[in-house]
Amino acid sequence: MDIFSIIAEFLRTLLGGLGLADWFVDLIMAIIRAAVLGTFGLLTFMLLTWIERKLIARMQDRLGPTYHGPAGILIPIADGIKMMTKEDTVPAGADKWVFNLAPILTAAAALIVFAVIPFGPDTGAGALVGTPLNIGIIYILAVGAASVIAVLMAGWSSNNKFALLGAFRAVAQLISYEVPQVLTVVTVVMLAGTMDMVQIVHAQTVPFIFPLFVTALIFFISGVAETGRSPFDLLEAESEIVAGFHIEYSAMKFSLIFLAEFVHAFAIGAIVATLFLNGWEGPLPGIPYVWLLLKGLALFFVMIWFRGTFPRLRIDQLLAFNWKFLVPLSLANLLMIAVGDKLLRDAGVSSTHNPWVWGLTLFAANIVLLLVSLGFLSRAGRRARMREQAAIARRREIAPAAGR
Amino acid sequence: MTAQQFFFLLFSFVTLIAALRVVTAGNLFHAALWLIATLAGVAALFVLLEAGLLAAVQVLLYIGAISILIIFAVMLTRGVADPREKRLNSWSGLGAVAAIVMMIILAQVIGTFPWGGSALAEAPADSIATLGKALVDPAQFVLPFEVISVLLLVALIGSVYVARARGEGE
Repeated sequence: MDIFSIIAEFLRTLLGGLGLADWFVDLIMAIIRAAVLGTFGLLTFMLLTWIERKLIARMQDRLGPTYHGPAGILIPIADGIKMMTKEDTVPAGADKWVFNLAPILTAAAALIVFAVIPFGPDTGAGALVGTPLNIGIIYILAVGAASVIAVLMAGWSSNNKFALLGAFRAVAQLISYEVPQVLTVVTVVMLAGTMDMVQIVHAQTVPFIFPLFVTALIFFISGVAETGRSPFDLLEAESEIVAGFHIEYSAMKFSLIFLAEFVHAFAIGAIVATLFLNGWEGPLPGIPYVWLLLKGLALFFVMIWFRGTFPRLRIDQLLAFNWKFLVPLSLANLLMIAVGDKLLRDAGVSSTHNPWVWGLTLFAANIVLLLVSLGFLSRAGRRARMREQAAIARRREIAPAAGR
Repeated sequence: MTAQQFFFLLFSFVTLIAALRVVTAGNLFHAALWLIATLAGVAALFVLLEAGLLAAVQVLLYIGAISILIIFAVMLTRGVADPREKRLNSWSGLGAVAAIVMMIILAQVIGTFPWGGSALAEAPADSIATLGKALVDPAQFVLPFEVISVLLLVALIGSVYVARARGEGE
């Protein structure tokens, strides 16, 4: 029994002892769970901003925040005070209700994902999860799709052409990268046999990153693209479109949008840890939530690593990458996993009998798929390069002295 | 009043008010947003009926895709937020007649339905698997399923054809 189950049992007996109806006790417990998860999301945001600033600084060979507190640990508090004391502007001619509602919706959509992420197994008092929805992973996809509306609301209500353009581009990117995300989730659900996040962790006799290696990669990449982080951060790049759809937001509203982005990024890390890395399981028993947090933070570190390494993609490059590479690859991956799993099951190997043989055979199939797709990419790249060089050679023949 | 009745009344109230605001909002963009609120209310009613998958798919498709399409169409309309635009056009009379006829027909149908006859049917425990099997069972819904897939393919090819860049000499 971990600490949270003990506290929940204590509260439940306390409330039941007050003589309240059963459903009312359930309602109060659900509200407390929601409040705890929301607060957890906000506190994680504080930790994540500090981690991001220190790590990006180190990757860029500088120190990052060093003043407030030891190693700058109090910098999120300084950020919060700055955000609260800034002037809260509403542009002239803006649609006031929609303008004020949009950042609240983005932050809400990012935080309610934590309701279905399982932090621990069922040790007699229910799984350590906000609510054990039997449609857990589809709920996450639906919330992600609905958060696109908030981006459109922000862009439209700002009464600013650049905000509107930024919102259009953001929506194009967000709805494009939902397609490989959904296809990879279908592959995971197919192997796990259930959409319930708690059951998906239980179904992983072998961590799904082995039989579903390409799936994990595609899901992680489209997750990074969904949050609008580098290298897909054209939506809010200062040298491109000066903050895009949230250009008119100042102070606390900007802080809410910023919070939504970071919390969403961490949520993607936690979801990948749940779907592919065995969720809450770790070496020591009794503290399952610590292992999930560590795995989520490790994936967040990989996202920061992406930000410090890759140059930014242009909007046409990013959309071409999605529609011409990720979508066919995820379809091919779905077919391969379906056929491979069925063949292996006929041969007597499955996730319950001989799990590691099953896992490693599918892993080999994944590597073959990855090599074949990279072969296609390199051939297409070589053809494009040859075409460019032929065009340059033709231009040099026509005008040999020009362009020297 | 049980908790289920209370939440049903609450969600129905929200859905109906939002639906009313869709047709009476002056600003077309606000009407689209009220439509999103209506669809979310319907998703909440699905949850009350223990059809969780339908609720999630309602949010994912209606709010996450169709509403975005509607908002794009609204944004491309001229004079969306202009308060001087007239709200009714010359077809309003005929529209009112059609609405009243529709209301009479619906009232007949709703009046002759045996309300309160049976209790809420229990959803099968494994509703998602049942739905999945029904969609591929030759005795149930596989034919409409395949026909809809072909329809979606036709729509996809059509949209790519209509939206493709014109090459040279066309």
